[in-house]
Amino acid sequence: MPIPYTKLVIEHFKNPHNVGEIQDADVKVTEGSPACGDMITLYLKIDPKTRKIVDVKFKSYGCASNIATASIITDLVKGKTVEEAKNITWKDAAEALGGLPPVKVHCSVLAADALHSAVELYLEKNGLTKEHEPTTVDKVYERLSHVMNPETGIDIVKSKIVKSVVVNSHVVEIVLNIPETFQFGENIKEEILERLQYLWDVKEVKILFKE
Amino acid sequence: MIYFDSASSTKPDPEVLHEMCEFASDYYAIPSSIFSHTLGLQVADKIQEARDFIGNKLGVKGSEIIFTSSGTEANNLAIKGYVFANRNKGKHIITSKIEHISVLETVKKLLRDGYEISYIGVDKDGFIDIDELKKSIRDDTILVTIQLANHEVGTVQNIEEIAKISKEKGITVHVDGAIAIPYINLKLDNIDMLTISPHKFYGPKGVGILYVKEGLKLEKILDGGYNEFNLRAGHENTPAIVGAKKAFEIWDSSISEYLRNLKMYLYDKLLSEIPDVMLNGSLNKSLPHILNVTFKYIEGESIALRLDFEGISVTTGSACYSRNLQASHVLLAMGKSHEDSHGSIRFSLSKYNSKEEIDYTVSKLKEIVEDLRRISPLLGGE
Repeated sequence: MPIPYTKLVIEHFKNPHNVGEIQDADVKVTEGSPACGDMITLYLKIDPKTRKIVDVKFKSYGCASNIATASIITDLVKGKTVEEAKNITWKDAAEALGGLPPVKVHCSVLAADALHSAVELYLEKNGLTKEHEPTTVDKVYERLSHVMNPETGIDIVKSKIVKSVVVNSHVVEIVLNIPETFQFGENIKEEILERLQYLWDVKEVKILFKE
Repeated sequence: MIYFDSASSTKPDPEVLHEMCEFASDYYAIPSSIFSHTLGLQVADKIQEARDFIGNKLGVKGSEIIFTSSGTEANNLAIKGYVFANRNKGKHIITSKIEHISVLETVKKLLRDGYEISYIGVDKDGFIDIDELKKSIRDDTILVTIQLANHEVGTVQNIEEIAKISKEKGITVHVDGAIAIPYINLKLDNIDMLTISPHKFYGPKGVGILYVKEGLKLEKILDGGYNEFNLRAGHENTPAIVGAKKAFEIWDSSISEYLRNLKMYLYDKLLSEIPDVMLNGSLNKSLPHILNVTFKYIEGESIALRLDFEGISVTTGSACYSRNLQASHVLLAMGKSHEDSHGSIRFSLSKYNSKEEIDYTVSKLKEIVEDLRRISPLLGGE
């Protein structure tokens, strides 16, 4: 097998669905991946009464799996309500593609994140979100569960790479079970920072590697 | 198939393969058996012949040629072998930011043993900062290890000057010529060790060459028997050594000329037919067979994969494609942005490539680049 992608990934990469822009979109978000520099812009057109996604388009500055996951996730959300769309996970996208190589799983996370950000932004814009909640250890763990170990394609919480999390006066301290020299050490660090440093009440994120 | 990845490995020349097959089937004894039987002696003679021939091509003695299993092993032997045999001389090593991974990972490991490493920076075209090199030299500097040319962008260093500066300070010089020999002629006057990789010029994989100047002390890094002047244990890959000799034998400087013409043809065509293409590296002082360009606003793996669907093989410096998800360290050291390396493609040519192949490739590329740019969020409008 020359290329480690499923037939479906190749198909969506060659002929991606729902490519383009929506001029009068209700929301437009751009999400970037610190993992490899990929970028997705997602446009949603939502029926204000039913809150159903009536049209969706995307553009990608990314690799094959990035384009393919964006293509399939836009297929998945079409016709769904925003609440239903919120529940679509990266796993759903990866599974719908027949799986992705471990090192490429973060691409599906990126596409799912773009979708969730778009939905959140829509809810916020329309006054449908709750107040800002303070960052807790649980919330940090939730965010960390979106960071993949590219070696295995399993998130760093489940694969026990995260040893401990402390949140104390707006400083998040994370201890990892991997040495800094780990092949993907730098990559994981960048991903964690990207996911935590913009939280409204977080001033600093400290990441400590195993000696 | 159109193969533009000869910087990774070339297609072996049929003459090389023929020589190797004959040798492998007839001369299967090991050259260490010279005291036991005739066949061993014959093999030893053939290996000596190869050693002398290659030495002669480089203008050095056959006894200064060491066969290893690869360019990577030759780099390991040169660096570790030298510093371990000369521990008392000092603990400081100078290299550059754009070396091959087999040099960078080797010096990184030496940090554990208390060695200090200076990584010399490069300019936007990939040329080593000579002033920085001069300033980095210390009393306890024992080794300067710099590549002759870069494997990703093809920039050729002014290695003779670098070697001269180092030698004037009494520092041993190792040059990684894996990607550059024999495309570039090199005077070995001030050079103590040189790495050569035969599969980069139509020779076989599984053999590397390290030139080690007479009198230079190295410590073995592979322990065992007394092969290769007691510098490298393990039986020699004799058919590959004979193949390496053949590769040198059939090399002709007109190949470099042919490749440079082909490369310029490709470059001109890319520039005239596809907008927003940016050269990475130097065009003048470069290897004749490597061209690295960035197609702006799109990603390299997507380009490489789409080209592969058309039967065209290239590589990319994009982080998405790399084994550690980091952008090319060479392009970053040259001051290129992450976006620049994101869309970078390396074309590396061989004597088997033709202008017709380039015409076909550029016509396909034009479609692919247009296609991918149409879906790029960096370009507005439909």
